Amino acid sequence: MALALFRKAELAPLPDIEAASLRSDRFRLEREGDWRRLEAIVTALEKNRLRRISDEDLLALPVLYRHTASSLAVARETSLDAGTLAYLESLVRRAWFQVYGPRTSLLGWLRRFLGGDWSAAVRSLWLELCVALAAMVAGTVVGWLLVARDSDWYYALVPGEFADARRPGAGREVLADALQGTQGSGEGLTVFAAYLFSNNTAVSILAFALGFAFGVPTLLLLVYNTAILGAMLWLFFDAGLGWEFVAWLSVHGTTELLAILLAGAAGIHIGRTMAFPGDRSVLAAASASGRRAALVMAGVVLMLAIAGLLEGYARQLVEAPPARGAIGFAMLAFWIAWFALAGRERRGAG
Amino acid sequence: MTAVATALRRDMLKRHRDLVTPEGLALPLTIASRSARAGALLLDLALIFTSLLVLLIVLALVGIGVMEADMESASPAMELVLVLLILFVFLLRYGYFLFFELGPRGATPGKRALGIRVAARGGGRLTAEAVIARNLMRDVEVFIPAVFLLSGIGSSLGVTGWAAAVWLAVFVLFPCFNRDNLRAGDLVAGTWVVEAERRKLPQAMSVREEAPAAQYRFGEAELSVYGEHELQVLESVLRQDNPQALRHVLEAICRKIGWQAGDGDDRAFLEAFYAALRARLEGDMRFGKRKKDKFS
Repeated sequence: MALALFRKAELAPLPDIEAASLRSDRFRLEREGDWRRLEAIVTALEKNRLRRISDEDLLALPVLYRHTASSLAVARETSLDAGTLAYLESLVRRAWFQVYGPRTSLLGWLRRFLGGDWSAAVRSLWLELCVALAAMVAGTVVGWLLVARDSDWYYALVPGEFADARRPGAGREVLADALQGTQGSGEGLTVFAAYLFSNNTAVSILAFALGFAFGVPTLLLLVYNTAILGAMLWLFFDAGLGWEFVAWLSVHGTTELLAILLAGAAGIHIGRTMAFPGDRSVLAAASASGRRAALVMAGVVLMLAIAGLLEGYARQLVEAPPARGAIGFAMLAFWIAWFALAGRERRGAG
Repeated sequence: MTAVATALRRDMLKRHRDLVTPEGLALPLTIASRSARAGALLLDLALIFTSLLVLLIVLALVGIGVMEADMESASPAMELVLVLLILFVFLLRYGYFLFFELGPRGATPGKRALGIRVAARGGGRLTAEAVIARNLMRDVEVFIPAVFLLSGIGSSLGVTGWAAAVWLAVFVLFPCFNRDNLRAGDLVAGTWVVEAERRKLPQAMSVREEAPAAQYRFGEAELSVYGEHELQVLESVLRQDNPQALRHVLEAICRKIGWQAGDGDDRAFLEAFYAALRARLEGDMRFGKRKKDKFS
């Protein structure tokens, strides 16, 4: 509708070109029709109303853009009409954003993302992955050792929401009970899954964003979070429930810990390139690594959604430790194979 | 008044950048001011907050008390509502900015209202990864400081509290310490925020039917007084068409060129003077002679 109205306005008689007394105004009046046509097309593009643009308009867009750009170049050298110059500059800028705007749709981006861009980005972060893995292992060990030496550390490390029944000195039965699924019904699980997903994603986005400060806060966050894990591991191993706990945890934990590992590595990657940009300027290095890390992070959100579903459903509904372990380690094998292999053959063929 | 005007001009010059398009055309860009960006952010946050509030009120009116709901004892319908609510909040927090900045305008509603948009630094394509990166960083720059402020007000800060405050201030104040007003997310993503004004094409100046330009004859002496800057000021005065301002300018011009300000049609005189001055300056321009302002 907007375009139709615009057309009508365009048809309104332009002032007689010969009536203009100034040469630069005559120049402008001769080209004004093209400018207005380009403006109408650009406005429709900006409003994402692609269907409103006729085929001939779409074909004419690059030509019109170039005409208008050259009009601007000429007008800058021959005209002192500030209003027209400002209009042309804003029109060429808007057209430039549309002509050289993002090419892919969201769907096309997603296909490339899953088809290899993501795993390639993960592979290129191998060094940071090693660093983040080391931090996580160190955190687990530290958590274990601290609690093993003095069980009061458990209360300092583990936040209250986890420490309900699972605390040092709790009986074996209490701990075993905490590992059980909810008996019979599956109620409340969807809410739980959604909550876990949004919570975990917030934590990993934090881990990523803190990497900006040369990666140090990310490392601290990784160590702290895995220290909790270490403390809980000790608690269950101490009660003789170690393997049950690992199976319980692995259902979603393999996916979730891997996602946190990736988020941490992405954060460290940004911090590292900003501290050691190499031949490039800090700005160029930061933006290159930022885009790569953003790809990884988009995948992390996806992984955490899957982990939330596993945690909310699979863990509560499957109770046998071997079955739980099988699910968890199958997921782990799947992810590792994915990151190692996806996108390689295409690259080899191309 | 003039001090303010010159300060504004200096600010505009400081934020001016040239972007060279693939056609080899230098396209001027203006970096968005910090105040415009802060205003856009506040608008967006207000929008997010309002939509959440409206949703909660609507739910309460329908008879669903989300706040009293218990996770364990929820009915299936209640459960669905809770799941949708959690996902909705999640999407608002992370998806809102992402969705709008990936669109063809490259701007959230708040940015659009203030006439600014996101663009790739240095004139490249704005990619999806860049938009994702800049919006993930928003978390430590906006949401965590906001939560910190809300929870910290009223209670006294310990040493860790102050350390956290300083640490967060680094992120929040980041745009104040670089030339391009980049926030941390812009730096990481390789983007910047620029002004994206939409202008209307004003009427051509020399095609009014009622302009009897022949009434006035300006000679070499009268037209050599002013330069391009004064011409464009005169243009803006003519476009605004305020009788008092017209009279004021007319008197100033007559004083300058040594004429007597008559009682005739102010506008007709100024239009004639404008046309004559522009014809002369543009004529000189074609021969490569430019006169920037009356001092040059």
